[in-house]
Amino acid sequence: MRISTFFYTIKQGIVNIFRNKWFSLASIATIGACLFLFGLFYAILMNVHSIVKTAQEGVSVTVLFDEGISQERIEEIGVLIDKRPEVSKKNFISAEEAWESFKVDYLGEYADGFTENPLEDSASYEIYLNDVSMQPALVAYLEGVEGIRTVNRSEVTAVTLTGINSLLAYVSIGIIVILFAVSIFLISNTVTIGISVRKEEIGIMKYIGATDFFVRSPFVIEGIIIGLVGAVIPMAIIYVIYNEVLEYIVTKFSMLTKLLNFVPVETIFMNLLPIALIMGAGIGFLGSITTVRKHLKV
Amino acid sequence: MAKTETKSIRRKKRNIGGNDEIITLSKVSKAYATGAPALNGIDLHVKKGEFVFIVGDSGSGKSTLIKLLLRELVPTSGEINVMGYDLVRLRRRKIPKFRRNLGIVFQDFRLLKDRDVYENVAFAQRIIQVSGKEIKRNVPSILSTVGLAGKYKARPRELSGGEQQRVAIARALVNRPSILLADEPTGNLDPKNSWEIMKLLEQINESGTTVLVVTHNREIVNAMQKRVVTMKKGVIVSDEEKGGYIDDED
Repeated sequence: MRISTFFYTIKQGIVNIFRNKWFSLASIATIGACLFLFGLFYAILMNVHSIVKTAQEGVSVTVLFDEGISQERIEEIGVLIDKRPEVSKKNFISAEEAWESFKVDYLGEYADGFTENPLEDSASYEIYLNDVSMQPALVAYLEGVEGIRTVNRSEVTAVTLTGINSLLAYVSIGIIVILFAVSIFLISNTVTIGISVRKEEIGIMKYIGATDFFVRSPFVIEGIIIGLVGAVIPMAIIYVIYNEVLEYIVTKFSMLTKLLNFVPVETIFMNLLPIALIMGAGIGFLGSITTVRKHLKV
Repeated sequence: MAKTETKSIRRKKRNIGGNDEIITLSKVSKAYATGAPALNGIDLHVKKGEFVFIVGDSGSGKSTLIKLLLRELVPTSGEINVMGYDLVRLRRRKIPKFRRNLGIVFQDFRLLKDRDVYENVAFAQRIIQVSGKEIKRNVPSILSTVGLAGKYKARPRELSGGEQQRVAIARALVNRPSILLADEPTGNLDPKNSWEIMKLLEQINESGTTVLVVTHNREIVNAMQKRVVTMKKGVIVSDEEKGGYIDDED
């Protein structure tokens, strides 16, 4: 393709947008609304994910040993635990450490009455998981290991967190799919109107010997530009809103920020912006290419 | 050796129907889904550089003939060869390349109303991807050929019917087609303008372009003394060198 033809095609694509500006605006607004919702879901999902992740990291499995177990066997069990793929890290809590911690947490000055360690057989491994959903498999394994007396776990938390995570993912995917179908339909309508407005011109082009590519390109360019503009606007709005909301939460509910780990806007946009631009251009491309293929049998 | 054979086959293919024939129709029929056949077994041979009038009443099959020559339609039966292109077997994606050899002029001009005269003509060159530099050279030259050099900035609505048809002719000619098809080019014009357009078409023909004019204009056909093909109810009823307009006797 010649450079002059390339620029001519781009120019015609832009001319198309302005020629039926109300339909173009409607398409931009719809794509904008879809990508705004997508961005919003994405930002919320990222934050929930981050919060769940933090919570998951706090969920541990505790392993207590048989009475009178040797130090060597404890170390062997430690090696076995390290080999498991579910494990992100493990801490060894000796009987002395367990007792010290118990004294500080619950007994205070009354602990002075104890001369021996009542938690002598309470040495343990605290195991942290990569993913909560892997907990049952690990527990089943650990219960079969020789020298392990008890495996403590928090099954309810694990199941709930996994549930929230997948529910959010499914709901967002469902809503996003519906919104994109609506966007493609609207873009397709805009391009159809564009084609009907330019029917005479397309007819003349065909008589003169324009190729399919030459006739179709401006409409595809039109779709892509509408998609891109429809992506940039909601992203700018989300950027501003996200910062405002985060600042509001931090100042008004400072307690929450200690419990919940919010994702900074830069981290969100590092992925969200390219995804939104690709989606915008993609919706525009899909909507227009299917329409020109249907209506422009050159 | 094989290459030489292929070349000679290709040459033969291009010369179907005679040495300098540019349009050949053999036993061409075209029937639409409803009604009587629009064309019924017509034969037509046009030589390179000829000027041919195609005349006939409404429903005689003139429009169908033009559509077949443009490869807008394919015949129900028969063979059509235009400039070596076998239009019956021509693949859809090859149609644009074929049409670049034709110039077409319509009764209603079909100009782009939102663009000036220059752009209307340049548009035809952009479509076939001529470079910007060449467009700047070719468009003013063709506009002066049709006598509109001074009006290149005007919009179609600012021009008279005759001038608009000149723009349409300039657009049809700018890509230097071998054949110019004019479908009722004077249908919307007064006698003076009609004459001027016909003189222009004659001038174009004298420079080597084959010209086919479909018309109803009896005076012009009779005065110009060119080849006249008369059609009636889908068949060619008369084909005369230096012919005249035959009145419908029905």
